[in-house]
Amino acid sequence: MAYALQQLINGVTLGMIYGLIAVGYTMVYGIIGMINFAHGDVFMVGAFLSLISLVALSALGISSVPLALAITLILAAAIAGLYGWTIERVAYRPLRGSFRLAPLISAIGMSIVLQNFVQVSQGARAKPMPALIPGGWTLMRGEGGFAVQLSWMQIAVVVTTLVILAGFTWLVTRTPLGRAMRACEQDLKMASLLGIATDRTISLTFVIGAMLAAVAGLMFLLYYGVIDFFIGFIAGVKAFTAAVLGGVGSLPGAVLGGLAIGLIETFWSAYFSVQYKDVAAFSILVLVLIFMPTGLLGRADVEKV
Amino acid sequence: MTALLSLRGVTAFYGAIQALKGVDLDVNEGEIVTLIGANGAGKSTLMMTICGNPRARDGQILYDGADISALPTHLIMRRAIAQSPEGRRIFPRMSVYENLLMGAHGRSAAEAEETMEQVFALFPRMKERATQRGGTLSGGEQQMLAIGRALMSRPRLLLLDEPSLGLAPLVVRQIFSAIRDLNRSTGLTVLLVEQNAFQALRLAHRGYVLVNGAITMAGTGPDLLARPEIRAAYLEGGH
Repeated sequence: MAYALQQLINGVTLGMIYGLIAVGYTMVYGIIGMINFAHGDVFMVGAFLSLISLVALSALGISSVPLALAITLILAAAIAGLYGWTIERVAYRPLRGSFRLAPLISAIGMSIVLQNFVQVSQGARAKPMPALIPGGWTLMRGEGGFAVQLSWMQIAVVVTTLVILAGFTWLVTRTPLGRAMRACEQDLKMASLLGIATDRTISLTFVIGAMLAAVAGLMFLLYYGVIDFFIGFIAGVKAFTAAVLGGVGSLPGAVLGGLAIGLIETFWSAYFSVQYKDVAAFSILVLVLIFMPTGLLGRADVEKV
Repeated sequence: MTALLSLRGVTAFYGAIQALKGVDLDVNEGEIVTLIGANGAGKSTLMMTICGNPRARDGQILYDGADISALPTHLIMRRAIAQSPEGRRIFPRMSVYENLLMGAHGRSAAEAEETMEQVFALFPRMKERATQRGGTLSGGEQQMLAIGRALMSRPRLLLLDEPSLGLAPLVVRQIFSAIRDLNRSTGLTVLLVEQNAFQALRLAHRGYVLVNGAITMAGTGPDLLARPEIRAAYLEGGH
């Protein structure tokens, strides 16, 4: 019981990180119908930007951890947003209106470019980082002295993610920009007929997705304490699985899918085998695609015409 | 009278297929002009070409004295032109209220609310359905919503593409009388594309006939209604 509770806590934390990345996949898919395979690597870049920022801030003598984290969050998100904007501009926009596979191939190329860029500029070795928020809270002790730990780090990850997702939800549902994004998602041509600058809206979608991925990168760095240039691949594919599981195109679905993948992976590792945790996650992807092609909250697009 | 919109020798292509073959057309301020023609004649293409998608390959599209044919669509639409397009294109997963708000994109919330009251006065059904999702409306309601959404930008020129398509005769009459009221009370200029030629010509001040991407006839509504070739081709069921 205690063991399961601990796994639940770990799974939810991991799921939040996947969910943040998955939102970026689902948004871009919703608006231009392409899978942005470079998105996982933007997450990786975000983790590196966070590490660089934290190291630089400590070198500058900023010793307050909350302040350093706040600055890092903003800095990493802003620069990652710039990456997102540039990627769309350079690799996808010129191919819009081309055959469907073209941007997909371009996205894979962009993913390789980002990985190699970080590998060359930051080195191939894994970068460790000491725990910034140590300690935690012992919830209960189970039989055999197993202590259920809720670390401050986990609380920080979950709370930050929830706050960011709440802000993001507000943006999408309540603001003119959010409405414009949804209009573009539902009917790009009609959106332009209403005076919406669709190219700009698409750019902003990439920027926002990249910013969320950078937040996930920071969370990942803090939670695991070690990153390398290849983390974007596995995390990206998992987050993509989360987006598909939740129903690609659905924002709540992406978060729900992220949680599901996080929990499946954690419980599988805890009760079966750590080695096969990725197999478990990807088997879910296969099963979902076979039996529920539209995902948990996806829509079958039955509309009156 | 000066033309609010004039097309001069406008051509447009879909890939290699020429959809418009040098169209000349004028719409004067305060007029209702209708464009009639058979399926595939290029009526909807003409409406979309005015909005820059597809772009006119040759010719000029003058609106309010300026050539708009090279502008991107969203900038054309910000010049107080609005279109209720073919197929209505309601945002299916937005509420009626949000669909209307989208029509007022770029205008202040207060202005939008004010215009929305006018739209609700014109189509009371939209007020009843305000919280319902666009995709769940009936065809007639979607048409009202599409027109309402177009009006939300307070256009000078309203492009209406087949507002009667697939609707019950009673609903068509409702929609046509709404267009007439708008034109009379606010001086709204309307370019109306219709297959329902009889009603359209009765409503419009002037009409054009589009055949295979070219204008073959033009005249006042009653004038066109009286012509035998129009009667044969568009009014008595023969195509």
